[in-house]
Amino acid sequence: MAGLEHYLILSGIIFSIGLVGALTKRNIITILMSVELMFNAVNIAFIAMTRFVTPTLLTGHIFVLFIITVAAGNLALGLAIVIAIFRNRESVDITTAASMKG
Amino acid sequence: MHVGTGASIAFWIMAVVAVVSASGVILLKDIFRAALLLVVSFLSIAGIFVTLNADFIAAVQVLIYAGAISILLIFAILLTRDVQEGNPSNRLKIPGMFMGAVLLTALIVVFVNTEWRLSTEAPLDSTTAALADLLFSNKFVLAFEIASVLLLAAMIGAVVLARGEDE
Repeated sequence: MAGLEHYLILSGIIFSIGLVGALTKRNIITILMSVELMFNAVNIAFIAMTRFVTPTLLTGHIFVLFIITVAAGNLALGLAIVIAIFRNRESVDITTAASMKG
Repeated sequence: MHVGTGASIAFWIMAVVAVVSASGVILLKDIFRAALLLVVSFLSIAGIFVTLNADFIAAVQVLIYAGAISILLIFAILLTRDVQEGNPSNRLKIPGMFMGAVLLTALIVVFVNTEWRLSTEAPLDSTTAALADLLFSNKFVLAFEIASVLLLAAMIGAVVLARGEDE
């Protein structure tokens, strides 16, 4: 049987995978994909909390809708920046975009 | 307080699929295959939403994540033509994995040891109408309008950034 803890642990596992990907990868597109995984993990936690703690009050669902909206805008802008960086530097390696490094 | 037996079986299957495909996203060398595995992960997360009686959110997940966002990602991969470069790690690989493991351990300890105030109410059969009532009520309608302006700003910004300066 699957209870609240199972869903939350699944959410934690996916969030950690996304965190490791975002911290350790050099390809900007992989980093964006990892950030999307983290958004999804948070959504699972919100929906599970709504289902098990406040089943008739749908505020968690509303939050997930707004998170999805912000994530979509986030990714569209992120990919536009990726294309701009690729045009300037011919690479999607994040370590080459270090001109602001002190 | 648990979900039903069928929903539990579906949960275990889709949880395994989601975790395996999410690890594939950061482990595979081929970034195009990583993007396809990300779609698999999004779809199984949509199934997990169904087991939690969130039918509208599951449909939104399929439409926006598995539909729009994945196509955007695959387009970006094709446009940047850097597929052959692969998916290397930076020099933070060991500290990054250590941080992920520490965070996961802390999260699991907290999740298991917290006394959650579980409700025994039955969940709604269909959430779509209730969600619309709540979203367009006085509580959230301002946030809804601001989200539309945010999407418009993001769209204009993306067009300006991706078009470049030469035109």
